[in-house]
This record gives sequence, structure tokens and C-alpha cells, in this order.
Amino acid sequence: MNHPYRQDPAFLRGMTQRRLGRRDAFRLAGLSAAGLALAACGVQGKGTAKPTSSAQAQSEVEKFWSGKAKNGHVDFASWPLYMDPKQPELKQFTQQTGITVNYKEVILEMPSWFAKIQPQLAAGQSIDYDLMIVTNGLHFEQLVQLGYLAPLDHSKLPNFAANAAEQYKHESYDPGNVYSVPWASGMTGIAYNPKYVDTPPTSIADLWNPKYKGKVGMMSDSQEIANFGLFAIGADPDKSTEADWEKAAAKLQEQRDGGIVRKYYDQAYMDPLAKGDIWLTMAWSGDVFQKNVSDGTDLKFVVPQEGGTIWTDNMTIPKTATNPVDAIMLMDFFYGPDVAAHLAEYINYVTPVPAAKDVIAADAAKASGDRKKLLEEVASSPLVFPSEQDTARLRNYVKFKTPQEQKKFESIFQAITTS
Amino acid sequence: MSRLKASLTPYLLLFPGTLWLAIFFVIPTVVMLSLSLQSGDVVNGYAFTFNWHSYVDGISTYHDQIIRSLVYGVISTVLQIVIGFPVAYWIAFKGGNRKSVYLFLLLLPFLVSFVLRTISWQFFLSDNGMLLGPLKSMGLVPQDFHILATSAAVIGGLAYNFLPFMILPMYVALERIDPRVLEAAQDLYASKLQTFLRVVLPLSLPGVFAGVLMTFVPATSDYVNASVLGGTSNTMIGNVIQNQFLVNQDYPIASALSFTLMALLLVGIFAYAKALGTEDVLEVAAR
Repeated sequence: MNHPYRQDPAFLRGMTQRRLGRRDAFRLAGLSAAGLALAACGVQGKGTAKPTSSAQAQSEVEKFWSGKAKNGHVDFASWPLYMDPKQPELKQFTQQTGITVNYKEVILEMPSWFAKIQPQLAAGQSIDYDLMIVTNGLHFEQLVQLGYLAPLDHSKLPNFAANAAEQYKHESYDPGNVYSVPWASGMTGIAYNPKYVDTPPTSIADLWNPKYKGKVGMMSDSQEIANFGLFAIGADPDKSTEADWEKAAAKLQEQRDGGIVRKYYDQAYMDPLAKGDIWLTMAWSGDVFQKNVSDGTDLKFVVPQEGGTIWTDNMTIPKTATNPVDAIMLMDFFYGPDVAAHLAEYINYVTPVPAAKDVIAADAAKASGDRKKLLEEVASSPLVFPSEQDTARLRNYVKFKTPQEQKKFESIFQAITTS
Repeated sequence: MSRLKASLTPYLLLFPGTLWLAIFFVIPTVVMLSLSLQSGDVVNGYAFTFNWHSYVDGISTYHDQIIRSLVYGVISTVLQIVIGFPVAYWIAFKGGNRKSVYLFLLLLPFLVSFVLRTISWQFFLSDNGMLLGPLKSMGLVPQDFHILATSAAVIGGLAYNFLPFMILPMYVALERIDPRVLEAAQDLYASKLQTFLRVVLPLSLPGVFAGVLMTFVPATSDYVNASVLGGTSNTMIGNVIQNQFLVNQDYPIASALSFTLMALLLVGIFAYAKALGTEDVLEVAAR
């Protein structure tokens, strides 16, 4: 009979027996080579000093932009659902300037995007994109600290100077818009499903209400969840200290231990909310609006009275961009009120151009039927044009002075979300 | 000359495979080992310092998740054997000339992306979904009952997602059994049960062994099921590693955890091989 599983004994012996002599020498050599290889795998530091004076900053700008010319093309890295798929804005831009735009929705979340582009940027190579949209927060800070972003030449941004809302010119993550100009903002607040929640939540404390045991969604992102913990203990994230973080973490731990949290979500919280797996959750404003429009759901969004977070996605130019002049022209183009209005009509996030509101209202007056209704909704939506009351409650993310501080912060809050 | 050529041939044939392994297995492993012993941060860089702390910190912070992953891996593997063996047996012995159709049907769902399949389970098991919705409206289960966000959901997802990798090797082992061996058992007055226990089962063990190898390892290190089907207390070590690599960019601790997991899996597999006896299995198969 055939023995399909029997191995040649000589083969097995050869695999298992110790060989002596010359081969041992090879092995030793191999080990020491491996040791060398281990030591050679160090990852180089890439930190660069930030310019300290405005004169120095100005000279950085001149150094970067001198000798750069318009090339007639720009590669634009963006996020899904951040522009009408027909790209009318880009067509208009090409018509006006003759610059062609290659628009790609390649950024799905900051960590993986950062991991993808970091090696090329570190090596001083082009990432094949001249313009990319980066959320303020940890990765934005790192891109700045590592010197990967081109300093912007504001003489090339007249529309921005004229039309951007005042608060966007003093963002704490990039004061004076040295490296970035906003694309759109959103708020982190509480979304709830009125089918299950009778009394509309108004406060962060509602996320701790035992009535909603097992039906509360929280975000797994350490910055987002930390903010809500900090609001819950009455601290302002932007000015918080390590002691505040510990207190906030204890508060969040209490919520977790009480079985109130169903799950820590990365982004997929809208479906469970619509289905009733969770009844209320931390949420981003635009997601709620888009879900309601696309699926006909009736989910609600509130900015809690203690505060909500505002985050901003920003247009930035990587230092290694091959077409920076074309990219900065496109940046400025998006600050025309008409363009900003059409963009906001589609994406339903907060636009940095307040004049867009009048344009949308005027469009609504001209339109009819469903489109009119939609435009009126957009123009009056607190998610796109937040009320002054809401704006007053919005806070920025926690800022870190050193990488050690950031590591500490993450270990404090991830102990809650990943255990 | 021709003798030299003849003695070189096996090495030449091995060359592409060796090169492949060197580039895609050995180098990454060495880099990862190196990373696990480095210290620093992403802005200031990581340097090789023989920093064993990543291992100490990693294990002391995340031992719960490591143990949980191993437990989930073992339970889901056992579940797969229990579910998969009868299926493999049935196809091998009762499948007749439709065997390939059954195998195709078995594999059909697995042509769909892994993540998508898991998400469809999320839909199916949702609190008021296709399964629980009707049960709740009939009053058969309490209103606050849920399957998602429990260990059971994650283990079930793991068992489901790796099932074909368990069934196929078992099927191959069973299918190979020479019918004449079974006839011989009957000729020697063995009952059906005896034939199964003393002939079929031992002959199928190599298949089970291969199946366990192919499912236990990926199930233990998986992170998709825990993140889609799990809740707050079902985080697996795969989720932690992914988070450390991509979100925190703490490469040393992520690498140290990966190595710890690898070591534990190897120890587990060797212990299992020893207990079952790979060679014994081979011998039994050949007896």
C-alpha cells in the first residue's frame, strides 16, 4: 500500500539533527550578521525646528516658493464624499486657469494615510500629490513637526484673505495659517435616534445615564473620547493638563465599568444608530446629515451644553510637491463664495466661507421642488452654518508640547478603549 | 560537468522560493525583531538600544488581551472541528460524483471579501435585526438581549470565517482513505462505530492537524471580527497591535507584541504537535 504521509527518514533526520563543524561557523557568522542587521534597522528621527520669528518664517516661505512656476496640472488627494462626483468645481477651475486637476479620494483616515506617505516624505520624495486634505490633530502636528508641509505664500491667497471667516485665521493648531487653510469643519457632538430616546439629550452627562445602559456608543479615537471625558469633568480640552486627563479617564472608566458603553467605534457608528443597536452616540455632524439625506432616517444631532469639539480638515501642500504653484491656486479658488457655496451644498459640512450662506439662499430662491427644499435645508442647517450659541460651545482638540506627553495621553485613554 | 549540473539542479529549483522567502519573510522578520528592541518616538526617530522594555510593558499592559485571543482562538478552532468534521466526512463519503459541486458551494461565500462577510453577520445579528427582531416581537427573548458585542459573537465570527480552511484539509485526508481499508475492517467483523473510531478517525487526524494549523493561527491574531462583532470587552491582541502600529506609531511595542504572540503560537503548536504527536499521526496514517 502507498503511504502518502510517510516522510523519507533521511530527510527528517537531516532536518532535526545537529550538524557539527563548518556549518556551526556559518551559523555564528549568520548570527553576528543578524546582530548587525538588527542594529542597522534604526528609524531615523525627522524632527525639524519650527521657525521662531516671523522674519525667519518669511524667509522659509521665500526659500520654498522662489523659482517655482505654474505647470498646468495638480494632483489632489482628498476624502470620500468631499466633492460632488461630477466635480463641477474642478471643471470650472480648469476652464478659468487651464490647470488640469487629478482628484482622487484616497484618504480614508489619517493614521493609515500618514503611514502611507511618511516614508516618501522622509526620503524627500514626491508622494504624487500636490494638495492633500489633512485633519487637525495628532497627524497634522506630526506633519508640521517633521517639516513635511510647505509654508504657504499668502500673497498667492487673496480670496482666502478676503472671504475666510475670522476664526479660521487664528486656529490654535496653525495660527496664521502658516501651513494650512481650512477645507471644511465638522463638530463632534451627540447623535441620537428619537425612536428610542424620548427626552432629547442636551448634556454630556446623558451619555452616562444608566437608563441607556448598553446602548451608548463612544468613539475609540483617543482625542475624541478624551474630549468628552474632559467635558464631563468640566475641563477645556485645549487647556487641559495631565491631572485633568487622569480625572477624565476615571470618569470614562466608570462609564465603561457600569456597562453603559456598547462599543468604542472608529467610524461605523451610523448604521448601528439607525438600526437601534445603539440609541445615542458620539458623532460627527456631517455624518448625521448625510445619513438622513441618503437613507431617509430621522436621526438628530446636538452640541452638548458642556461643549462639543470642532475639527477642521485642511488643505496642505506637501513639501515635496511637484506642482505647488498650481496647488496653491486651487486652494485659493475654493475660497470664492460661489465655489464654497456649491461645495457646501453637496458635502454639508461647515464651510469656512460665511458668504456662502447668502449664495446658497439665493440659489434656493431660484430653484424649485426637491432641490429648493434641500438647499433651504442646507442654508438653515445648524450643521453647515452653526448657530452662534453652538459655536460658542465648540472647543479644540488637546494640544501636545512633546511626543512624550502625547504618548502619555494616548496610554491613558487607550487603556479604556482597547481593553 | 553534467554531474555538477545535476547536483546544482535542486538548488536552482529552490532559488525562486528561497529568494521569495528571504525578501518577504526573513527580512521583514529581522526588521520587526530589530524594531521591537528599539526605543524612541516617531518624531525624534527610533534607535536600536536592546530595549527589552517594550516586551515587559507590552505583556504587562496587554496580557488580558493576549490570553483572551488565545482562548478565543482555541474555542473557535474546536468549534470548527465539531462543525467541519461531519461536513468533510459527508462530502468525502456520501458526496458521490457531486463532490466538486459541494466543495464549490462550500467555497462560494468565501469569494466575497472577508470584511464584507463579517459586516453582513453584523447586520444579521443586530439587536433588532433579521434574527433577533422577530424573536423579540414574539417575546421569545427579552428586549435587552443582544448577541453583538459579546464573546459569543466574536468567537462565532472567527469560527465562521476560517471554516473552509478547516474543512478542506480534513476532506483531503478523508477522501484519500482507501475504500479497501474499510472493506477489510468489515471483513474482520468491525462494527460501523468501530470502523469509524479505529480506522477512519485515526486516518483523518493528519487532516485535522493541518486544519488546526491553518485556522488557529489566523483566528488568534485576527482583529476584524473583534472590531466588527465585538463590544467593549472583546478586544483581541490583533486590535492592539494594529492600533499601536497605525494609530500610535509606536513601532517597538507593536513589534514586541507581534513577537510575543508569534512565540506563544509556536509554543502552542509544538505542544499540540507533541500531545497529538505529528509523527504519531503520520505513523497512524501509515499503519
